Amino acid sequence: MTGAAATLPASELPFRTRMAIFMRLLAIQGSWNYEILLGNGIGFCIEPALHRLPGGIHTPAFHQALARESRYFNAHPYLAAVAVGALARAELDGEDPVRIERFRTALCGPLGSVGDRLVWAGWLPFCSLASLAVFGWGASPAFVVGLFLVVYNIGHFGLRIWGLNTGWTHGLRVASALGNPVLRRGPQQIGRLAALATGVAIPLALGRIIGPGRNLLGGVLVAIALGSFLIVRLQGRIEGWRLSLIVLAVLVLFSVIR
Amino acid sequence: MSLVDLLPIALLGGVLGLDVVSFPQAMVSRPLVAATLTGALIGEAASGVLLGAALELIALETLPFGASRYPEWGSASVVGGAIFATHPSHPAGAMSLAVLAALATTWVGGWTMVKLRQRNAVWAGQRRDALEAGARGTVISLQLMCMTADLVRGTLLTALAYASLSPIADWCIRHWSMDARLSRATVVAAAASVAGGAAWKLFHSTNGARWFFVGGLAAGLFFLFLR
Repeated sequence: MTGAAATLPASELPFRTRMAIFMRLLAIQGSWNYEILLGNGIGFCIEPALHRLPGGIHTPAFHQALARESRYFNAHPYLAAVAVGALARAELDGEDPVRIERFRTALCGPLGSVGDRLVWAGWLPFCSLASLAVFGWGASPAFVVGLFLVVYNIGHFGLRIWGLNTGWTHGLRVASALGNPVLRRGPQQIGRLAALATGVAIPLALGRIIGPGRNLLGGVLVAIALGSFLIVRLQGRIEGWRLSLIVLAVLVLFSVIR
Repeated sequence: MSLVDLLPIALLGGVLGLDVVSFPQAMVSRPLVAATLTGALIGEAASGVLLGAALELIALETLPFGASRYPEWGSASVVGGAIFATHPSHPAGAMSLAVLAALATTWVGGWTMVKLRQRNAVWAGQRRDALEAGARGTVISLQLMCMTADLVRGTLLTALAYASLSPIADWCIRHWSMDARLSRATVVAAAASVAGGAAWKLFHSTNGARWFFVGGLAAGLFFLFLR
């Protein structure tokens, strides 16, 4: 630890700086590309914290730190907040650049896989299916949309805020925080709830979309069971949405030309 | 269709297209939300949520994992939602055509996202020296430029897709011959099949998930036949 720590106590990241970083975290994927992936986004998010380096933004230390943080990086966009907090702390603590580079490389994998399982394969489908179930039950458009956005974003913003605070608090020792029970066991628990929501949502949603009358429902349910089985069997060869596109294109041609 | 009709739809498509990846990923771009907002913009939120639910079932399959290539649902849901909401009496074929238009747009939208990411890489490459020197202005301007390009991409995509597909949908609706409920049931069956397959892929490896699904299905069917 060098002189930076003397000017900035470890626990103190001013509220304005924290807010600036948080707002920028919402745009962390703004320049996502196939060369450096999230790299520039990480530099963009950490930049407000680097203002607090001794001497401010016109020093070699600032430019070297910003250059280091803008290189290749990959992570789940929400959990990248952990990396941003930890890297900001490391830079302001004046950690050895070689250690920071090693830390960045080591953090990519875990932050990507944990975030994918927790958010993309768990929280998002759960919120989506729960909202579809509420839609199928007959809720108003405003309620369905409001419920989805509020519930999903409690998790979304909560994860980003937790990540930034955790990263800042632990610095380069943040790996231990990734053992948090929510991150370890959360995907399993959310997966079960999402499976429950799938079962409830599909029949209710199709009932509302098709409309009153039950004479078609039996046939539709059988078609769904067969269609789902087919899509699972075709996994890896054709995606379900492309298959739907083909089915609907045939339906349109048949209905219009007939 | 006048520019006054097209412009709000295109701008909404641009903003929701931006949400998919660039800013703020709050999932306002999910079909359930995007199509409903589009319907509300046209004055037909109830139509929007119906189409949004159908598209959401399909979109469950395509989640934005890492660097994978996936369809872009934000702008596409606006196009589908606008086509469906402009036929508030829900004539035969309207939902089929709106879903088809959304699927076609989502396909093209996914392609435009790949092209934008390649363009972002070119822009980053052109500024490599400045980035390696830690130039603050370059880091910030690159981020803002790429986000602006994404907003423009979504706006243009929505405008072009809606302007070209809406008249085709209108023509097809006038010549539609299949029964309205049967054609809607076909759409729902296709969408729910995708959702069922997607759910199985996501949750089949989770301990006990099958029993939760069976329990949920029993409850869902019970409530469906109760109503």
